[in-house]
Amino acid sequence: MSTPARVLVAGASAAGLATAEALRRKGYTGALTLLGDEEHVPYDRPPLSKQVLAGAWQPERSHLRTREVLDALDAEFLLGDAAASLDVANRTVHTESGRALAADAIVLATGVRPRTLPGQEGLTGVHVLRSLDDALALRAELLAARRLLVVGDGVLGAEIAATARGLGVEVVLAGPQAAPLAAQLGPLASGLLAELHNENGVKLRLGAGVDGLTTDAANSGRVTGARLCTGEVLEADLVVVALGAIPCTDWLEDSGLVLGNGVVCDSRCRAADGIYAAGDVARWHHEHLGSLLRLENRTNATEQALAVAANLLGADQPYTPIPYFWTDQFDAKLQIHGVLTADAEVSVVEGDPAARRFVARYARHGKAVGVLGWNMPKQARLHRRQHLGGSR
Amino acid sequence: MKITVDEDKCCGAGSCVLAAPEVFDQRDEDGVVVLLEAEPAQHLRAAVREAADVCPAAAIALSEA
Ligand SMILES: Cc1cc2nc3c(=O)[nH]c(=O)nc-3n(C[C@H](O)[C@H](O)[C@H](O)COP(=O)(O)OP(=O)(O)OC[C@H]3O[C@@H](n4cnc5c(N)ncnc54)[C@H](O)[C@@H]3O)c2cc1C
Ligand code: SF4
Repeated sequence: MSTPARVLVAGASAAGLATAEALRRKGYTGALTLLGDEEHVPYDRPPLSKQVLAGAWQPERSHLRTREVLDALDAEFLLGDAAASLDVANRTVHTESGRALAADAIVLATGVRPRTLPGQEGLTGVHVLRSLDDALALRAELLAARRLLVVGDGVLGAEIAATARGLGVEVVLAGPQAAPLAAQLGPLASGLLAELHNENGVKLRLGAGVDGLTTDAANSGRVTGARLCTGEVLEADLVVVALGAIPCTDWLEDSGLVLGNGVVCDSRCRAADGIYAAGDVARWHHEHLGSLLRLENRTNATEQALAVAANLLGADQPYTPIPYFWTDQFDAKLQIHGVLTADAEVSVVEGDPAARRFVARYARHGKAVGVLGWNMPKQARLHRRQHLGGSR
Repeated sequence: MKITVDEDKCCGAGSCVLAAPEVFDQRDEDGVVVLLEAEPAQHLRAAVREAADVCPAAAIALSEA
């Protein structure tokens, strides 16, 4: 494909912005438009469950770029308007407000939205955490709350529990696993996480999934807690639901693109001729793993955007990253490289779990599949290179 | 080109070190970015620009001074 004269990016957050920046860095001089449904300039999500929720940062600090840097990008930002449909043949996006945006190449970067519990929308006192507005709304209620119930024992739920506990609120964390992040990290690291949460006063009610939310008999419309699938009821005056996320592809339903837990792409992150996807919404063919993969992490948003920008400009390269994410909970900084599984053989290769500073190697059938660092970010990266190889 | 880093924002991802190892390193203790070269030579600038763009915490700022 020749260099497109006009590029349109749908979704103006981490992946969308990174696509635009990479295009310019690689010398692209054509027209560039970023369409985003949020009113905010591009901001970063990881601080939302940490510094922003804790109140340590003013919201503006989460902005990814200053106004000057955005201006220098020479891109048109259409904010506060959502993509409503895509005409693949004419490469045109129709927006909620009635715009028709035609381009030679289109990048889909609309991310994901939180999964919710049935009946959640009708209740007050129940939150999700995905956007800056979500974080500020949750924080406002958190400051007045007595007891927070976090539904979901994955990364986001565990981070919210830790941050809320730091604000002095009583916190209960509920979920089906034996320990927070057990499925992702396996027994050693998730066991340590459970210990850490316990020590810091988070009440773990694990091993039973949440069935639904409860409200009082008077039906005030305010949440009073949640019911576990065992029948037990956990009381709370504030609830956060962190049960994972669903790719924002509703607007693509009539487009003819292949959808299935994300926008399905080839190994070039291409969904159709001249149409690419990047970030949380993209499910692409990872040539080294030999399967479709969709990642929800911050570095993938950027790295996949880089790959898309390169391919847009004719590189024709497969995107084959080693997945990586980090999480901060209390004083623990975890770095996770590769694809860990709960049943992997785990060996500590540096440091000491008892001292809560170590690097562990994860292997399957003797072959390294991942590296986990606990309060050893730099060392984890060095072990990643040693055990997992790759250029990055 | 002048580089400034915000240690407070840095999450220790190390993406900057991979993009421009001559200019960035990480502290051994906590992985926070270490700036080796605040005013990098001409030939390093493209790598530095990439490092700033790929930093997942937007902790690296560049100015053309
Ligand atoms: C609270 C929180 C904490 C996190 N912490 C970490 C962490 O510690 N480490 C880590 O590695 N990752 C973390 N992540 C994940 C990381 O933030 C995401 O992987 C990353 O934001 C993905 O970027 P994206 O651009 O693909 O999607 P998003 O950031 O979701 O951006 C998509 C954008 O598109 C917009 N959009 C959606 N539909 C439309 C439409 N129809 N038209 C126009 N715009 C639309 C959305 O509103 C949004 O602004 C965290 C995420 C959250 C929510
Ligand atoms: S890439 Fe950014 S977050 Fe990562 S070590 Fe460098 S400065 Fe810190």
